[in-house]
Amino acid sequence: MKIAVCIKQVPDSWAEKKMVNGLLDRESVDAVLNDLDEYAVEEALRIVEAHGGNEEGGAHTVTLISMGPERATDALRKGLSMGANDAILVTDSALAGADALSTSRVLAQVIGDGGYDIVICGTESTDARMSVVPAMISARLGWAQLTFASKVVVDPGGKVSITRVTEAGVDEISAAFPVVISVVEKINEPRYPSFKGIMAAKKKTIEHKDLAAVGVSAQSGWSQVIDATPRPARAAGVKVNDEGGAGDALVSFLAEKKLI
Amino acid sequence: MSTVFILADFSGEKASKTTAEIATAAARIGTVTAIVLAGAGKGAALAATVNQGPISEIIVIESDDFTSHGVPASADALANLIKEKSPAAVLIASHAFGKEMAGRVSVLCDSGIITDAIDIASDGSATQSVFGGSTTVHSQVSHGTPIITVRPNSIDADFTSCAPAITHATATISADAKKATVSSTQPPVKGGRPELTEANIVVSGGRGTDGNFKAVESFADSLGAAVGASRAATDAGWYPHSHQVGQTGKTVSPQLYVACGISGAIQHRAGMQTSKTIVVVNKDPEAPIFDIADFGVVGDLFNVLPKATEGVVARKG
Ligand SMILES: Cc1cc2nc3c(=O)[nH]c(=O)nc-3n(C[C@H](O)[C@H](O)[C@H](O)COP(=O)(O)OP(=O)(O)OC[C@H]3O[C@@H](n4cnc5c(N)ncnc54)[C@H](O)[C@@H]3O)c2cc1C
Ligand SMILES: Nc1ncnc2c1ncn2[C@@H]1O[C@H](COP(=O)(O)O)[C@@H](O)[C@H]1O
Repeated sequence: MKIAVCIKQVPDSWAEKKMVNGLLDRESVDAVLNDLDEYAVEEALRIVEAHGGNEEGGAHTVTLISMGPERATDALRKGLSMGANDAILVTDSALAGADALSTSRVLAQVIGDGGYDIVICGTESTDARMSVVPAMISARLGWAQLTFASKVVVDPGGKVSITRVTEAGVDEISAAFPVVISVVEKINEPRYPSFKGIMAAKKKTIEHKDLAAVGVSAQSGWSQVIDATPRPARAAGVKVNDEGGAGDALVSFLAEKKLI
Repeated sequence: MSTVFILADFSGEKASKTTAEIATAAARIGTVTAIVLAGAGKGAALAATVNQGPISEIIVIESDDFTSHGVPASADALANLIKEKSPAAVLIASHAFGKEMAGRVSVLCDSGIITDAIDIASDGSATQSVFGGSTTVHSQVSHGTPIITVRPNSIDADFTSCAPAITHATATISADAKKATVSSTQPPVKGGRPELTEANIVVSGGRGTDGNFKAVESFADSLGAAVGASRAATDAGWYPHSHQVGQTGKTVSPQLYVACGISGAIQHRAGMQTSKTIVVVNKDPEAPIFDIADFGVVGDLFNVLPKATEGVVARKG
C-alpha cells in the first residue's frame, strides 16, 4: 500500500510571532516540524510495519508531502529520519501567504497524481490552527474522510476503521481505500529518529516541485487580513504569597471584579 | 435586508447557548435563518429548541445520512442549500465538527473561509485572536459566500426568545460524501456541571492536584463553574480527556479561568489565554502561568482552594 503523510513546517510554538503586512513573519523565527504531524508520520510507519514494513523496493511506501518554503526540507528530513521513504516539497513564490483553500488545492493535486491508498494528516497546524485542511483534501478528492482518529486499523483488503474523538463524542467509522485520515495526539508516541535513521535520511529523495510542475495555477487568497495588532500586554497582575490568608484575598478579588 | 445562515448548534437534543451567540453575530449582517440538520422525523423536535436569539426563520433538512455518514454528508446538504439560496454569509460554531463542516462547505461553494472568529462586524469582517492570544487580526472574505466559524463564548448573546417560521428543504448528498460509514456513536458523558466551552467560569486542575480533583471540583461548584484539566492530568487518567483545555483539547474563553497546579505550558495557554480574567494558584513562584495571571496566589492549592471555597459559599449566603 502507498501512504502519503502531509506535514507542515511551522514556527516554533515558543517563539514570539509577529505579523508583517498581514502575514506571519516566518523568517524571523525558528521553524520546526508541526508537532501534531509527527503523530501522523508515526502512525503511517506503524501501519506499514504491521503489514511487513517499508523496505526499499517493497510493497509498502510512506511518502511525505509538504507545501512551504525551501527551508521546509528540514522538516521533511526529520520525517525521513523517522523512517519515511521519500518526500515531495511544493515551493513557489506565488504560494507565499497561501490560505487553507489554496493549500488544500495544491496538496490534493499532488496526492491525486500519486496513486496513494491512504493520506494521513495531523489534526491541526500549530500556527494557523484551522483544522480544516484534511477535510478540504477529502472534499476535493472525493475520498472518504476519517478524521480526528485516536485509533486506526487497516486491513490488507483495503478497509480502514477508525475511532473518532471530538467534543461531540466517540464514533466508530470505516471506509474502503482511498481514505484521508487525520490523527489526534493521543494515538501514539512518535519515535525519535535513530542515528542510523538520520544517516539514511540524508540519501533519501526529496522531489522539489513548483506550481507549474504540480499543474495548478496560483490562486490568490480568498480571505484577506485587513490588519493585525499585537494584543496589549496583560496589565501586570497581583501576586500574593499564601500565609494562610490568600484564599480570602482571592475571594475579595473575585468580588471586586464582580465575578461572584 | 440580506439573509445570513447560521448552522444551529446542538448539545444533546437541545440548541446550545452557542446557537444564540452566532445568531446574535449574524444579525449584525442581515436577517438570520438557522439551518437545522436532523435525522429523519427528528427535525420538528430539534427546531422547537431553537427558540432564543434573533432568528427569523428555520430551515430544517432531514436525513439519516447525517448520522450514518457524518461531516461529509452534512456538509453536502448545507452546501447545496447555500448554492440554492445564496446567503450573504454562513456562520458555524467553531469546534471540530463546525470547522470541518466549514472546510468542506468552503471547497464545495468555492468560498473564502475564516475560522475561530471571536467577533463579527456588520460588514461581515471577523476578529480573530491568533498566536496564543498575542495578536488580534481582522480579516475579510473576498470571494464567494463568507464561511465563518465563531468561537463559543466570545459573543455577548441576545437571548430574547423567538418563534421563527419553519420551512423544510430536501437533503442533496453526493455518493462521495457517503463513502465513510459511522457504525456507532457514543455521545459525551454529561455531568451536572456547565459545558466547558460554554461556561462563564472554568476552574482547571493540573499535575499539581496529584490526582485529587476534590478541591478543584468543590471550588468550581461554589462558583457554578465547569471543570477543566491540563494534559498532564488527562494523560494520567485523573480526569476525562473531554475536559482537557489547550492546543489539543478545548479552547475556552470564559469570564474567569482559574488554573490550579498548572505550570502554563504554551500548549495549555493556547486553549485559555483569551479568558477575560485569569486567576492562578501554584506553589512555584516561577511557574510561567503567573505571566498571564490577573491574580496569582503562590501557595498550595490544597490549602488555598478550600479557604476560597468557604469564602465564596459564605458570600453567597
Ligand atoms: C503535541 C502536544 C500537545 C499538547 N496539548 C496540550 C493541551 O491541549 N493541553 C495541555 O494542558 N497540555 C498540552 N500539552 C502538554 C504541555 O506541554 C504540558 O506538558 C502540560 O500542559 C503540563 O501540565 P501541568 O501544567 O498540569 O503539569 P506540570 O507542567 O507538571 O505543572 C504542574 C504545576 O503544578 C504546581 N504544583 C504542584 N503541586 C502543587 C500544589 N500542591 N499546589 C499548587 N501547585 C502545585 C507545580 O509548581 C507546577 O507548576 C501538549 C503537549 C504536546 C507535545
Ligand atoms: N502547507 C502544508 N503542507 C503539508 N501539509 C499541511 C500543510 N498545511 C496543513 N497541512 C496538513 O493539514 C493538517 C491540518 O492543518 P490546518 O488545517 O492548517 O490546521 C496539518 O496537521 C497537516 O497534516
